[in-house]
Amino acid sequence: MRLLNRSAGRLSRHRRSRLAGLVLLLIGLLTTGGITYAVMPSSSAGDAQSNAVQVEEGRKLFLQGCSFCHGQNGEGITTINGDNYGPSLVGVGAAAVHFQVETGRMPLVQPGVQGQAKPETYSAEEVEQLAAYVASLGPGPARPDEAEWTTAGLTEEEREAAISRGGQIFLTNCTACHNFNGKGGAMPQGGYAPDLSNTEAVHIYEAMLTGPGQMDSFSNGNLSPEEKRDVIAYLYSLRDQPAYGGFSLGGLGPVSEGMFAWLLGIGGLVGFAVWIAAHTTRTKKKKVEA
Amino acid sequence: MAIDTSKVATSNSSAATPAKPGRAGAVATWADERLGLAGMAKKNLRKVFPDHWSFMLGEIALWSFVVLLLSGVFLTLWFTPSMSEIHYEGSYDQMRGIAMSEAMASTLGISFDVRGGLLMRQMHHWAAMLFIASMMIHLLRVFFTGAHRKPRELNWVIGSLLLLLGTLEGFTGYSLPDDLLSGTGVRAADGFMKSIPVVGSYMSFFLFGGEFPGDSIIPRLYIIHVLLIPGLLLALIAAHMLLLVYHKHTQWPGPGRTEENVVGFPMLPVYAAKAGGFFFIVFGVTALMGGLMQINPIWLYGPYDPSKVTAGSQPDWYMGWPDGALRIMPGWETHLFGNFTIAWNVFLPIIVLPGLMFTILMLLPFLEAWITGDKREHHLLQRPRNAPTRTALMVALMTFYGLLWMAGGNDIIAIKLNSSINTITYMLRFLVFVGPIIAFVITRRWCISLQRHDNEKLLHGYETGIIMRSPEGGYSEKHLPINPSAAYVLSARERDEVYTVEQETDENGIPAPASRAKALRAKLSTLWFADNVQAPTAAEIEAAHHHADHEHELQAALDGHAADGHQFDGHHSVEGDPLRGSDQH
Ligand code: HEC
Ligand code: HEC
Ligand code: HEM
Repeated sequence: MRLLNRSAGRLSRHRRSRLAGLVLLLIGLLTTGGITYAVMPSSSAGDAQSNAVQVEEGRKLFLQGCSFCHGQNGEGITTINGDNYGPSLVGVGAAAVHFQVETGRMPLVQPGVQGQAKPETYSAEEVEQLAAYVASLGPGPARPDEAEWTTAGLTEEEREAAISRGGQIFLTNCTACHNFNGKGGAMPQGGYAPDLSNTEAVHIYEAMLTGPGQMDSFSNGNLSPEEKRDVIAYLYSLRDQPAYGGFSLGGLGPVSEGMFAWLLGIGGLVGFAVWIAAHTTRTKKKKVEA
Repeated sequence: MAIDTSKVATSNSSAATPAKPGRAGAVATWADERLGLAGMAKKNLRKVFPDHWSFMLGEIALWSFVVLLLSGVFLTLWFTPSMSEIHYEGSYDQMRGIAMSEAMASTLGISFDVRGGLLMRQMHHWAAMLFIASMMIHLLRVFFTGAHRKPRELNWVIGSLLLLLGTLEGFTGYSLPDDLLSGTGVRAADGFMKSIPVVGSYMSFFLFGGEFPGDSIIPRLYIIHVLLIPGLLLALIAAHMLLLVYHKHTQWPGPGRTEENVVGFPMLPVYAAKAGGFFFIVFGVTALMGGLMQINPIWLYGPYDPSKVTAGSQPDWYMGWPDGALRIMPGWETHLFGNFTIAWNVFLPIIVLPGLMFTILMLLPFLEAWITGDKREHHLLQRPRNAPTRTALMVALMTFYGLLWMAGGNDIIAIKLNSSINTITYMLRFLVFVGPIIAFVITRRWCISLQRHDNEKLLHGYETGIIMRSPEGGYSEKHLPINPSAAYVLSARERDEVYTVEQETDENGIPAPASRAKALRAKLSTLWFADNVQAPTAAEIEAAHHHADHEHELQAALDGHAADGHQFDGHHSVEGDPLRGSDQH
């Protein structure tokens, strides 16, 4: 037991061999190139113009599907008793839209309840347009791209170090709500921190960046992009990890263990006791008599 | 079916006749001449144990304790009870390079680098859970059947102490790995201690050797866990078993079973074989659980660090109910003299309540005996329904326990049932007071109804399901007498004796006022037995049978005809007895 959490301080110290910098640079260049190709509209229209089109398309979609709660200009709508139908989206950035719409949270079914992950309602292109529109309302975090969380360019050793560092960051910042296993936990007033075992890397990144609902946001000043990458690497390593010691019983800790001890353990043993007590010499006699 | 008791021993007096000793016998004789065990063994190996599944619940506890001893000794070979800090370099990748205590590192070592280590750790932990759970169901069996009554009160007290020590042993055990979850628990325990007014902080400093966490708590918990409490447990278990042998086992009433004898099977060979077999079953179940079900995955918790915490931080189940009390307790505090705080919100639920509950548990036999004024010895068991108030009292206590238990898992319940943790908490604050009362009333009335039903069966027989129509067109269900051994079980119970205050008269013949305690006792005793249904007297049974005979006479005209149809009730052979009318085809 130590008084201070040193892991956070030691984070960026031992990492990166000299080669890694080079590799990283190469990968960075490659991915940026790739992404530019992917994002670039097939027409050769200028960026500014296409962006304006995107925003306009996004505004139309927004008026149809979102303005009911978020207001005609994304300024938010306040109810009589001071709550929000939907909060102001000025400055939440494209990352928030990507996260909220791609995980299916938005459009929300009903104000007042926590948005649930569900199948997404908009196509990738429409999400792009919505995001462009919301981003145009005010400066906010842009959508992160894969280069920011991939560990592909790291050596085996670096990746391992990233994972164990990510584990410590996760335990320091996230487990209080999401549980040690990322299996989720309760929040006040019926809220909950969801199970993270199936969340895509990009959405983990965006969740940290934008802090959906009752979750805090972890801006880049708070958790650097590398630290976010490490968290994601750790969460993915848990998924790949074999179930050491057998079934994880839901991964919820002692409550589920206790339940299994009673139902399976004691239940089974009492069953055996009944069975043994029933198999006496007397049972044989009964059989003879019958 | 009458039980043939001719084949089972009914006393411990006749010794087995020894056969000619073989080579093993010679060794035994050699040992016996020096140790004089044979005399003792002869008597004790012929000890008779009655047979009933509920008598084996205590055995689950005994055998899981043996599993704990075996697996625990294995763990001591690799576990390092030290809080000095090292960097983990074992084979669990996700933790490599992380600073942690040696205790944590060695537990990771047992889990990942010792062959069979994880299995042993998991078996040890599952066995600990089963150990305490089986003690509790054993306790319930004892209480519900009245086996705690004279002369066995002291064994009840020993059992209660075992439960307490087992719980403490479990707590010290799961704190040893110094992982995040258990460290949070130790931190909480530190807070509990500090909530005790005046002496609390001194106690905490004494236990931790200074301010929390210090570096001596793990070594201290270790000695408590592997030496102190196991020693006490062993001694108490030995005392428990010796008293059991001395009192002899209780038994259910039945033909040939009295307060003076024990009907069952002798220790050797029958009972020993069963008990020995049961050991292997308990061992097997524990091994299966240890092999197949993950428990306490410390590699996911990581080392303890006061700046970290995880959702779902719960203690093992047996500490869950005080934790629940703590969770639903409103945040009351008193500030005295400006700088002195009494934290009722911690002190009451976690120090006072468990202490109180444990005292009540230990005193239950004495409380009951005092209220009922019963000073007789009891070796025959009671069915729970035949002591409605006692049964209801325990069900009320169980309800209280269960609700607090729920409160201890309120966050997990909230996410699994999609409900609000606040609602659950408010509801439980109310239910812990009301629930036990409701449970008490329902159980008591339920027992009394069952008693009434038993009496009906005794007096009027069982319901055959055969509806008779009288010539007048009225319908009635035919009842038939139950078989004698069932009747015996139903009628073999004592009549309740309500404690009454004897009016003493002084020399002038004026009744002396009964002492207040006596009057209270008489009142409680009346309430205790109020509304109980007594077993019918011989005269009542006689009268009922007479009545039944009379009815039979009235129906005699139908006898010999297949008219009454009672042969089709499933208790008789109906071969060659055609249904009425079937011969007319
Ligand atoms: C204060 C509690 C809290 C903390 C701390 C917290 N979260 Fe969350 N998290 C939440 C809640 C609540 C939600 C659900 C938000 C909503 O939908 O309204 C959530 C949602 C998420 C989601 C979306 C899951 C999905 O599949 O939809 C991810 C991913 C996530 N959190 C990751 C993290 C990570 C990584 C950290 C640590 C850096 C973290 N969270 C810290 C409370 C928390
Ligand atoms: C039924 C009302 C409702 C509708 C429809 C709705 N939202 Fe929301 N939205 C909300 C509420 C309420 C929140 C706050 C969620 C929370 O705090 O958990 C929110 C939050 C958001 C956020 C996150 C804001 C932040 O601070 O990070 C974004 C982005 C968002 N909505 C986008 C959209 C988009 C895009 C649409 C249309 C596709 C949409 N919403 C439709 C009610 C709605
Ligand atoms: C009634 C008896 C006992 C109970 C209830 C009990 C309970 C526990 C529990 C719950 C743990 C935590 C295991 C885990 O890591 O998940 C533990 C650990 C441990 N126990 Fe016991 N135990 C008992 C007896 C013993 C005995 C007799 C010994 C040794 C002589 C022992 C040695 C240990 C050791 C060394 C550990 C730490 C190693 C580890 O955590 O993996 N225990 N005990």
